[in-house]
Amino acid sequence: MTTIEEFGRRLRARRTTSAQVTEECLQRIEADNPRLNAFIRVTADEAREQAREADREMAAGHDRGPLHGVPISIKDLLDIRGLPTTAASRVRDGHVAARDAAAIAHLRQAGAVFVGKTNLHEFAFGTTNEDSAFGPARNPHDPSRSPGGSSGGSAASVAAGMALATIGTDTGGSIRIPAAACGLVGLKPSFGEISIDGVVPLSRTMDHVGPLAQTVADACLVHHALLGDARAVLPAPMPLHGLRLAIPRRYFCDLLDPEVRARFDEAIDRLRAAGVHVDEIEIHHADAIATVYLHIVLSDAAAYHASTLDSMPERYTPNVRIRLEMGRYVLAEDYVRALAGREVLRREVDAALAQHDALVLPTMPIPAPPIGASTVQVGSATEPVRNVMLRLTQLFDVTGHPAIAMPTGRTTAGLPCGLQLVGCRMQTDALLRVALSCEPQITLGFPRSGNVGG
Amino acid sequence: MTLDAWLKAAAEDAERRGLPGLKPLLETLARATAALRAADFNDRADQ
Repeated sequence: MTTIEEFGRRLRARRTTSAQVTEECLQRIEADNPRLNAFIRVTADEAREQAREADREMAAGHDRGPLHGVPISIKDLLDIRGLPTTAASRVRDGHVAARDAAAIAHLRQAGAVFVGKTNLHEFAFGTTNEDSAFGPARNPHDPSRSPGGSSGGSAASVAAGMALATIGTDTGGSIRIPAAACGLVGLKPSFGEISIDGVVPLSRTMDHVGPLAQTVADACLVHHALLGDARAVLPAPMPLHGLRLAIPRRYFCDLLDPEVRARFDEAIDRLRAAGVHVDEIEIHHADAIATVYLHIVLSDAAAYHASTLDSMPERYTPNVRIRLEMGRYVLAEDYVRALAGREVLRREVDAALAQHDALVLPTMPIPAPPIGASTVQVGSATEPVRNVMLRLTQLFDVTGHPAIAMPTGRTTAGLPCGLQLVGCRMQTDALLRVALSCEPQITLGFPRSGNVGG
Repeated sequence: MTLDAWLKAAAEDAERRGLPGLKPLLETLARATAALRAADFNDRADQ
């Protein structure tokens, strides 16, 4: 499937239309969604009308910017006016959104075409997409495997060429984990940068909205549209020579699948060979990350779900219900301890970035796990799947630093591996400049996802 | 409340509410909470 950049060039050269590329996406959805279950709802008629309107506007000289006429899928956690927002749960049966989420309103203003709403782990509370009232989404690279989560249907939709980009949310890694599992770029912006108004919450102190796309440039264009800056041009890449990156080796590289480790080390070697200076640093309280995250997310989620856990518990999938119930037992004093831990971790990541342009670390310790697996072998260790998948991403939801996941090759079985770059808080554009410059070295020689199975 | 007392009360409450599947998760949470309480970033009134 074409990238947003390529499509834009062809559109403005009058060599394609929004209607044509939208129809290609809808055909891929019709062909592959029964197999991948990426979409909960396909809005084909609305998308065709939006595309025709985009083409009429372009012909009349009204160019809305880089997202004009671009087919995009939306995680079914964000409100689109007139449509249900299911959050992949029967708890929300009968819901219809009265208005667009703020992020959706910005995309609509930018001229995006909405092809449908994508599957997710129920209420975004999981990393595999298995617990969904609509059944699991599947990974286009291997449908017996998870596409990651919670934005798993979103990632599957782009990797399979059903949309040029997608909008996900990230509370513990739910954009970056599926990006890694499906071989895509996934951007979690700085906390608070993109409005979460009109987004079903998991943890309002850690929820982020952001794009998954085929390239860093595409992610950048969608990010700016989400900000309401529809006409933004791509920032200049940071000069590669002299760039300063830091690997937080301890904890973050302790537990890695051997092939994920190999792809990460190879990417670092290529960056060094290109003139990037790579140091090693330490996040001293890294061992506290998981427990700090757990106490915050459980408490925040339990507060939101308390009344429906009591009034309609049977409507939740069993696994999500039982984990939400766990949150109702966290004591206030332990929640406060977790908030103190968050501040310590935030300062340590700030300090690590003081002398560096970005941190660099793997995105997910393992390739996409088989659907149904509760544990996974990582080297000689057997670990719970959920804990392993969250291990390298959740810190930056706790601290709010922007992070971008990028594909960096495949395993011998053809499964994508990924690494992430992490930037200074409220400096997502600076991080994107680093990512733009590093992308050729990180993704060197590997085919882009975006047409998997096609 | 000590963690042992908390875990006992929570497990009994889960049992009473017909959620026996919650017990192993509460045990996991108790281990995580023990680690959180042992962290060196916690303030103490006597220090």
